[in-house]
Amino acid sequence: MSAEALATSATQTNAWEPKIIAFCCNWCSYGGADSAGMGRFQQPASARIIRVMCSGRIDPLHVFNAFLEGADAVLVTGCHIGDCHYVNGNDKTKIKYKYLENVVHELGIEKERLQLNWISASEGEKFANFIRDVTAQIKKLGPSPLKPEGVA
Amino acid sequence: MSDNKGVEKPVESKLDQEEKRVGVFVCECGVNIGGVVNTRAVADYIGSLHGVKVTSVNKFTCSDSGQADIQAKIKEHKLNRVVVAACSPKTHEPTFRACIEEMGLNQYFLEFVNIRDHCSWIHMWEKDKATEKAKDLVRMGVERSKLLEPLQASEVPVNDTALVIGAGVAGMQSALDLADMGFQVYLVEKEPSIGGRMARFDKVFPTNDCSICILGPKMVEVARNKNIKIMSYSEVIAVDGYVGNFNVKVEHKSRYLDVVKCTGCAKCSEVCPVEVPYDFNEGLGTRKAIYVPFPQAVPLRAVLDKDNCINCKACAKACASGAINYDMQTSYTDLNVGIIIVSVGFNTYDPEPRHDYGYGLYDNIITAMEFERLLNAAGPTGGHVVRPSDCKEPLRVGFVNCVGSRDKNTNIYCSGVCCMVTIKNAQLLKEKRPETDQTIMYIDIRTPFRAYEESYNRSRDLGVKFLRGRPVEVKEDPVTKNIKVRVEDTLAGEMRNLEFDLLVLATGIVPNEGIGKIQQLLKLSKAADGLLMEAHPKLKPVDTTIDGVFLAGVASGPKDIPYAVSQGSACAGRATILLKNKKAITEGITAVVEPEVCVGCQVCIPMCPFQAIKFDEKVNKANVVKALCKGCGTCVAACPTGALEQCHFKNNQLLAQIKNVFRFEEVAA
Repeated sequence: MSAEALATSATQTNAWEPKIIAFCCNWCSYGGADSAGMGRFQQPASARIIRVMCSGRIDPLHVFNAFLEGADAVLVTGCHIGDCHYVNGNDKTKIKYKYLENVVHELGIEKERLQLNWISASEGEKFANFIRDVTAQIKKLGPSPLKPEGVA
Repeated sequence: MSDNKGVEKPVESKLDQEEKRVGVFVCECGVNIGGVVNTRAVADYIGSLHGVKVTSVNKFTCSDSGQADIQAKIKEHKLNRVVVAACSPKTHEPTFRACIEEMGLNQYFLEFVNIRDHCSWIHMWEKDKATEKAKDLVRMGVERSKLLEPLQASEVPVNDTALVIGAGVAGMQSALDLADMGFQVYLVEKEPSIGGRMARFDKVFPTNDCSICILGPKMVEVARNKNIKIMSYSEVIAVDGYVGNFNVKVEHKSRYLDVVKCTGCAKCSEVCPVEVPYDFNEGLGTRKAIYVPFPQAVPLRAVLDKDNCINCKACAKACASGAINYDMQTSYTDLNVGIIIVSVGFNTYDPEPRHDYGYGLYDNIITAMEFERLLNAAGPTGGHVVRPSDCKEPLRVGFVNCVGSRDKNTNIYCSGVCCMVTIKNAQLLKEKRPETDQTIMYIDIRTPFRAYEESYNRSRDLGVKFLRGRPVEVKEDPVTKNIKVRVEDTLAGEMRNLEFDLLVLATGIVPNEGIGKIQQLLKLSKAADGLLMEAHPKLKPVDTTIDGVFLAGVASGPKDIPYAVSQGSACAGRATILLKNKKAITEGITAVVEPEVCVGCQVCIPMCPFQAIKFDEKVNKANVVKALCKGCGTCVAACPTGALEQCHFKNNQLLAQIKNVFRFEEVAA
């Protein structure tokens, strides 16, 4: 990192911004994030979206890795139940998520750090509110206990 | 596995050794990105990453010059991966895929990073944070791009027949255009007659020409066209398949009569003793239990409403052609079509449950659609506008606009057409009875498009009063049944107490039942207004996110008749691209099985809703049938051994993104 960039990041440390990984499905929640942009719904600069075709693709492996790499929160998002572009991928996500939630909790990670939400492609405001709410919750909790040292 | 051609082994191993030469193109999108994100700083930072051979900042990367820059740099720097940091891949990925493909790169070597919708537009007041976030996002893209593998898009054959769901004016236009181009069209309509909403209007703005007089001939044209098969009183109940090859099940409700024998003479209605509210007239007046939907109905055939039939068999005795069949069952047809056009229409807002402005409580408050039927010569009063309480001609008529529209309590959106409907209705009443005193209460008057403003002026010239304000109180005089309205004249800045003989509510546009059903059947998206959502609001207004499915008419948002007709034609045009080429290109993004790793546990098989995974018992391995795989990746996440992978969304690609959300501070490195 350049010295200039380091300086820039230093000026921002007063207001710690969590890093949140949001897994979004191509058809609904990614579209919802796009709609949030089109509607200019302002939100904290905390989320980093990773696009998958369907929320059903989201593997516990991805979620655990996200925490191990340093995510302060991980969001699993997809189409509303019944609206899945692939018939019922989100139903499977829902089932998987239940187990995932338990395991993550067992590992001592606060429940706020892993969240599931169904957001349609038109729900830009909902997407923005979700990011704002989660960010506020995580700011209260502080950085993830699993965050490796030296990671930003 | 022979089916897994998506990733060819030799290419992959060569890829591993090949040096990754990444070019990163940061778009400013005018000031959309450049006004918030320091694109230069992003490019400089990204340029320092391993493997990035060149970075470039463009005002508009999607422009000719922007794309030429990409192509020139691919050549100059021998790039084999291209990262474009710009808007949404949902709109612009195809553009850049084509751009790099022209230079001989596999189109899947493009990585698209969204730094506009997901960054500059949502962090407009946090420029530094937005810039830092953009750096993260592009870094994630760069690292993912290095792991991208070449894929081949595949072609699927397209059956050159079409299905149009909903035979309103938009759907009829689609059907006619497609039929005239020589394609076979199935036109499914849930009502006993085609024609849709427009058949119920009296006259249509701004020209005030008779609605059924212009629609009727079009309905006949549809019926006469040899390439159109009308399926009236029918509904689509199941759809599966994909572009080019949709399997559709259509349910034909029983009319309880033989449509071949029935002549539409309506002798059966004459003798039927049962009278029920007439839905075609918005519940005003009555129809019989057996009835011809309306005089211009197509097909001109009777229908027996079994729910209200008392089984007196009078109709069967009266029918000269012996068409009545009380035992007729619901029947079904299976269709295979290449494309589907959805034009399922809308409902008008129902003010009854909330008693908006006293509707449903007081007799002399009606909706604009009811008023429309009162104006109509074929309506329940033969075209005499009378008020419900005493059938007297109203001399003072009030109109309230934006009922169920532009209202936080109901629907926030503007229904677009109601201003003109009210203006037209006031004119028609003035023409019938010039002495009628009329007041239109409005929030704003919206008259875009040709001759609309002129029509508004005409109403004023005719003496219709316009009052800017929403009624705050509506009461009925218990004796006279007149409607007393208290309304603020917001232009004059004073309260007015007005008395009307009749109050007409211009109710807005809302989704109908069909929209919910079709949305679920076809897996379409709904917009915030509850109507169906197009693939792109500007550039793909009649496409959907489902290939081969198109939207026409009010089902995809409020619109007037010319707009709905244009969309009908637009859908036909878009569909013709597929129907004429007889093939469609499908994504190369599918699942693949690594046979050496697969243990044959079959966990993946029930995961697939498309039955794309077959189990080969001979070798005890799963196998993905590429033509059936839609590429959702659900099976991949379920595979316990990691034998399944989703092309373009492989675990290593996703993990690279996850890892690169973060960076190590200098101290830690």
